Amino acid sequence: MALITYREALRQALTEEMERDPNVFLLGEEIGRYQGTFRVTEGLLQRFGGMRVVDTPISESGIAGMAIGAAMIGLRPVAEFMTFSFALIAIDQIVNHAAKILYMFGGQIRVPLVFRGPAGGGAQLSAQHSHSLESWYAHIPGLKVVTPATPADAKGMLKTAIRDDNPVIFMEHAKLYSTRGEVPDGEYTIPFGSADVKRKGQDVTIITYSQPVLMALHAADKLAETEGIECEVIDLRSLQPLDMDTILASVRKTHRAVVVHEDHRNAGFGAEIAARIQEFAFDDLDAPVLRVAGADVPIPYARNLERAAFPSEEDIIRAVKRVLV
Amino acid sequence: MAQVIMPKMGDGMTEGTILRWLKKEGDTVEIGDIIAEVETDKASVELPAEASGKLANILAKEGDTVPVGTVIAEILGEGEQPQVTTPAEPAVAAEEPAAPRGEIAVSEPEVSPTEAPARERVKASPLARRIAEEAGIDLAMVRGTGPGGRIVERDVQQFIAARQAAPRVPVAEPSPAVSPPEAAALTGGEPLSRMRRLIAERTTLTKQTVPHFYVTMDIDMTEVMALRERLNAALPEDAPKISVNDLVTKACALALARYPQVNALYQNDRVYPSSEVHIGIMVAVPGGLLAPVLRHCERKTLRQIAAETRQLVEKARSGRLASDEYTGATFSISNLGMYGVDEFIAIINPPAVAILAVGAVQKQPVALDDDTVAVRPRMKVTLSADHRALDGAVAAEFLRELKRILENPYTMIE
Repeated sequence: MALITYREALRQALTEEMERDPNVFLLGEEIGRYQGTFRVTEGLLQRFGGMRVVDTPISESGIAGMAIGAAMIGLRPVAEFMTFSFALIAIDQIVNHAAKILYMFGGQIRVPLVFRGPAGGGAQLSAQHSHSLESWYAHIPGLKVVTPATPADAKGMLKTAIRDDNPVIFMEHAKLYSTRGEVPDGEYTIPFGSADVKRKGQDVTIITYSQPVLMALHAADKLAETEGIECEVIDLRSLQPLDMDTILASVRKTHRAVVVHEDHRNAGFGAEIAARIQEFAFDDLDAPVLRVAGADVPIPYARNLERAAFPSEEDIIRAVKRVLV
Repeated sequence: MAQVIMPKMGDGMTEGTILRWLKKEGDTVEIGDIIAEVETDKASVELPAEASGKLANILAKEGDTVPVGTVIAEILGEGEQPQVTTPAEPAVAAEEPAAPRGEIAVSEPEVSPTEAPARERVKASPLARRIAEEAGIDLAMVRGTGPGGRIVERDVQQFIAARQAAPRVPVAEPSPAVSPPEAAALTGGEPLSRMRRLIAERTTLTKQTVPHFYVTMDIDMTEVMALRERLNAALPEDAPKISVNDLVTKACALALARYPQVNALYQNDRVYPSSEVHIGIMVAVPGGLLAPVLRHCERKTLRQIAAETRQLVEKARSGRLASDEYTGATFSISNLGMYGVDEFIAIINPPAVAILAVGAVQKQPVALDDDTVAVRPRMKVTLSADHRALDGAVAAEFLRELKRILENPYTMIE
C-alpha cells in the first residue's frame, strides 16, 4: 500500500486507463500545457501527447458536446470541468443529451464518458463557485453520480467510471485533493453502488459522502472519546446507484440516523436518504432521521460566514446527540 | 421569542401540573413577573417569566400535567409571531379526551358497550411501538422520556425490565364463601392527586423493599414537661412557645449524635453514617403529608429548633416549600401525639434508615422503685429501623439514650 494524495490517485487512474485503452482521452480547460488547475492532469500531456490530452476553449457546453459526440462514435472521453459550478453552462448537454441518447436511440448508441472535476466549496470561492449540486445529477435518470472521499476510492472508482458504458458524473472536492491515504498496489477497481462502512459503531448511523466523510469520522472519534457514543460512518461513495442495503442494515442496528452533506439542505440528497430510510426501516427507527447540511443561502465569501454556511464537526456532534436524546 | 417551559424544580421532578395561569395570552409581562403557579410532587411553586414581552400561545391548560422541559407558552418580543404550533401534550390530561377525531358513521353499531374511551394519540417512536407490540405492552402505560415526551426504545425496555423485576407477591386464594367485591361494582372513584400518587408509590416501594423492624420505648415525661413549662414562662409573650415535639427533636438530635448508625443513609448496599443531623418533620397537609427538613439539628439550640420548625411547618401547609427544604433528611420524626394517639409505627423515609413515631403524653399509673404507684405523664415512642443497616440492640440503645435525655432534660439546655 502506498500513501499518496487524492490528486495523485486520480492521476494514477487516468494514466493506467489511458495506457490500458487507447480510446480513452482527456479534454478540458488548461489540463495540458497548464497541467490542470488542481494539477490532477500534471505530466499527462507530456506523456500522452496532444491527441489524448486536449486543451479546449473556455466553453463548457462545447467541452460537453465534444465529449458526447466522441463517446457516441466509440471513444471514451474524460472531460474535466474546472469546477462543477461551471458545468451549469453545460447542463443542457449533460441532461438532454448525455443522459438521454441511449434511450432516444432505442439502446443502439452508448455514451461512455466521464465528466469529472471538483464540486463543493470551502475555499472562499464565493456564491457562484461553491456549488455542490450532486442532487441535480442524481435526479436525472441516465446519469451515474460518484462522490469518492478517499484516495483509494477515488482511484478505484475513476477507473470504474472510465470503463462504464454510460455517462458518469464524477465529483471530486477541492478540499480533498491534498489529503493522503493508502491506495492498494496494483490493478483494482471499486464498483458503483457499494457504500463503505468507514467506521463501525452501534449507537448512531452517520450517512455521508465526499469531503464531509472526513468531518464525520473526526466527529465520531470525538464522540467516542468524550461521550462514549459509537457512531457508524457510512460513506456512500456513489449516489446513483445508491447502496440502500448497507444503510438499512446499519439503521436496523443503531435505530438512529444522521445524514451529512455539504450541499444545501432544502431538497438536497439527504432528503432522499431520509425518505428511503423511513420508507424501508420505519419500524426500526427510534428517532427522526436528521440532516446536517449546508445552509439554504448562496455561499458567502467572507471566511466566517462561509464557515457558518457549511456543516461543521460540531453540527454533526449536535445532531448525533439530538437523535440520542 | 422566549419559550416558557415546565421547569425542573428538584431532582425527582419529572412532570408538573399547571395550577393556575396568572397572566392571559396577550398580557404584557416583565422578567420576574409571576405568570403561573405550578404544582410539583411536593409543593406549588410560582413560575416567573424569564423574558419580557407578550404572553402568547398558552399550550398547557390549567390542570394539565406535562413532562419537565415541555414548552407550555411563549413570550413574544415586539412584532414576533408565535412559533410552537402543537399543543403541549399533557402526560395526564386535565379532562377526558373528547371523542375520537373524525366522524363516526351514525349507522355503525358500537362494537362493545364496555370499549375503552378513545385516548389521545400516544407519541412513540416506530421502534418503541414495534417492541411494545411484540411484548404485548400498552404504550399508554409507558412514560416517554424522549423529546416532547416521546416514548422511545429505552422507555419500553425499562418498562419490560421493571415488569419482570416486580416482586411476585403471592396472592391468597380468595375464599369461595367470601367473594371479593366486584371491581365493576365500584363507581365514581376519585383519581389520586399527584401527592397521593407519589405517597402511594413511595410507601409501597419502601414497604416492599425495606425490611422494617420496630422497637418501642415508654418514657417518663415529668421532668421534661416541667422544664417546658418553665422555659415557656420565661419566654417573651410573642416568642414561639416550645412544644413537646421541639423537645423530642432536640433530644433526638443529641441521641443521634451519639448513635450515628441510626442517623445514616442506606444506598446501593452501603451505609453512610452521618455526623450532620437533618431531621425530617412529618407535617399533615390537606390531601397528604410533607416532611420539611430541619437542617443541622446537631448545632441548634432548643429555641432555634422551635422557631425554625414553626416556619417550615407553615411553609409546608401553604405549599411554599422549596425543593431543598424537603430533601436530604438523615432521620425523621412523625408525631401523632396531638391526636391522642397512644402509640403507632411509621414507615421509613429512604434512604434514611430510621424514623421515630411519637405518641401522646398521657397520664399513666406507674409503679415506682419503692413499689408505690404514682400517676406520671408518659410518652411512647416507636423507632422503625431498616434491618439492612441496623439491628435491634443498636435501636434499643439509641432509644435508651433518648429516654435518658428526656428524663434528664436539663442536658438539653446546657
